[in-house]
Amino acid sequence: MELLELQNVSFSYRDKQILNDLNLFIKNGEFVTILGPSGSGKSTIFQLIGGLQSPHTGSIILEGNDITGNRGHISYMPQTPSLLPWRTIIQNVVLGQELKAKKNYKTADEMLQKAGLMEYRNAFPHELSGGMKQRVAFSRALLSPQPIICLDEPFSALDELTRHEMQLWLLSIWEQYKKTIIFVTHNIEESLFLSDRILVLSDKPARIKQEVIVPFSRPRNEELMFSEEFLRHKKMIHDFLKEKVGQE
Amino acid sequence: MIKKLQKGWRPIFVLLLLFIGWEFTARITEIPTWLLPTPSQIFNELINGWSSVSVHLTSTIKLIFLGFVSGVTVGLLTAFILHNIPFLKESLYPLLILSQNIPIIVLAPLLVIWFGFGLLPKLIVITLVCFFPITISAMDGFRQVAPDLFHYMQMAGATKRQLFWKLELPFALPSIFSGLKISATYSVMGAVISEWLGSENGIGVYMTLSSSSFRTDRVFVAIFLIMLLSLLFFIVINWLERFIIRWKAEEKNRGAS
Repeated sequence: MELLELQNVSFSYRDKQILNDLNLFIKNGEFVTILGPSGSGKSTIFQLIGGLQSPHTGSIILEGNDITGNRGHISYMPQTPSLLPWRTIIQNVVLGQELKAKKNYKTADEMLQKAGLMEYRNAFPHELSGGMKQRVAFSRALLSPQPIICLDEPFSALDELTRHEMQLWLLSIWEQYKKTIIFVTHNIEESLFLSDRILVLSDKPARIKQEVIVPFSRPRNEELMFSEEFLRHKKMIHDFLKEKVGQE
Repeated sequence: MIKKLQKGWRPIFVLLLLFIGWEFTARITEIPTWLLPTPSQIFNELINGWSSVSVHLTSTIKLIFLGFVSGVTVGLLTAFILHNIPFLKESLYPLLILSQNIPIIVLAPLLVIWFGFGLLPKLIVITLVCFFPITISAMDGFRQVAPDLFHYMQMAGATKRQLFWKLELPFALPSIFSGLKISATYSVMGAVISEWLGSENGIGVYMTLSSSSFRTDRVFVAIFLIMLLSLLFFIVINWLERFIIRWKAEEKNRGAS
C-alpha cells in the first residue's frame, strides 16, 4: 500500500514553474531517493510535503488522508544538523518527539546507544564533530513519531571519508528500524548505495524522468560500490541525468 | 580566578594612580575643600558619615531593584507583544523610539504633579529609562534566529507557540542579556534622578542636600557610591548571564584555548 502519494503536483515561484504535474508514491518501509541536479526543485518537494508551501494544483496524500498544506506530518533531517545549541545531545534527540508527542527518554537512550553517541549524552552540540552532529540529527528524525522521514542532502557538507562512514552507519541503523525514508541527493553513488528505488528528476520544471529499481540485496557493504554491477548502474543513471541537458 | 587577577590589576592600578595624583595636586595647590575635596577627605567623610549615608543607600538600592524589575517586565512584555503581532509592531515601534526622546528632567516634575510624591512616579521614571534597551535587544534576538534552525522547526511541525518558547526565546537570551546590562546601569541613574523628585531618603536626596549646603565632599561620596552600585549591579547581571547561558560561555572558552 502507498504510504505517501503526490498527485499531479504543480508549483511555481515568482512566475517560474518549478514543479510541473509531478506524480510519485512511496510505499511503507521503502527507502526512496530523489536524484536531481542542484537547483532542480528537490528541496521544494520537501517543502510541499512538509506543508511549508502549498502546491498550486494537485494534492499530497499520507496514509489516505489529504495533508496538502498541513505541517508536522513528516519528520525531517536538513542539510545542516540544525541542533539547538543550548540543548544537550539527549535533549536535542527528543526534540522531534517533544514537538508532536511525549518525550520518551528510554527509547532515546537506546537510540543513542545504537548510534554510538552514549558518551556524548550530556554534551552540548558544539563539542561534537560534523559527522557526529549529523548522527544526532538523524537520531532525532528517527525518533520523531511521524511515519516518514525526509532527508534533505544530509551528507553533502561532509568530507568524502566521513560521508562514506555516515552512509554505512545510516544503513546499519535504518536496517534495525525500517522506517520509510525519502532521501534527496545529487550524488549518484550515494543514491545507488542507499536506496531501494531512485527517482531521477528532470531540470526545471521538474518531473520524474526515470525510475530505477535498485537490485542490490541488503545488508549492503562497501564492497558493493566497486562491483561491476554497481558501476554499470551508475553509468546508466549518469546517462539519464545527462540526457535532459541535450533536450533543452 | 588567577587569570582575572592578572588582568584586573591594570584598571585598579590606573585608578590608584589617578587618586594619588588628585590627592597631591589638591594638597599642593591648596584648593579649598568646598571646591574640590581630596580623596582622603572623601574617604573620611564616607567612614564618619556612614550611619546616615547607609540609610540613604538602602533606600536607593530598594528603589533600583523595584524599578529594574518593573523595567525588565515592561521591556520583555513589549518585545513579546510586538514580536508576535506584526500589526502592532508596525504601528508602535516609532512611538517606542519617541518615548526615549522625552527629556526625563522635564517629565519628572510633571509626573509628580500627576501622581504625587509616592513610589509610582519614581517607578515610571526608572521603567521609562530601563525598558527600551531590553525591548530592542529582545526583539533583535527574536528576529535574528538562525534560518536553518527555524526551517527545521517548521518542517518538524512546531506550532507558533513552540517556535517562540523552544527556539526564539532561548536563541534571543544572549541578546536579551546585553540589553539587561545596559538597563542595569541605566536603572541606577534613573533611581537617583527619580529621587530628586522629592523623597525622604535616597542617594539622590543626599546628593541634592549636600550640594545645596556646599558639602562637596559628600557630593563626591554620593558620586562614588552611585558608580559602585552601577558596577556591582553590572557584575551581578554578568554572573547571571554566565550561569544561565552556559553553552555559550563554554563555546567561547573553547575558542580561546
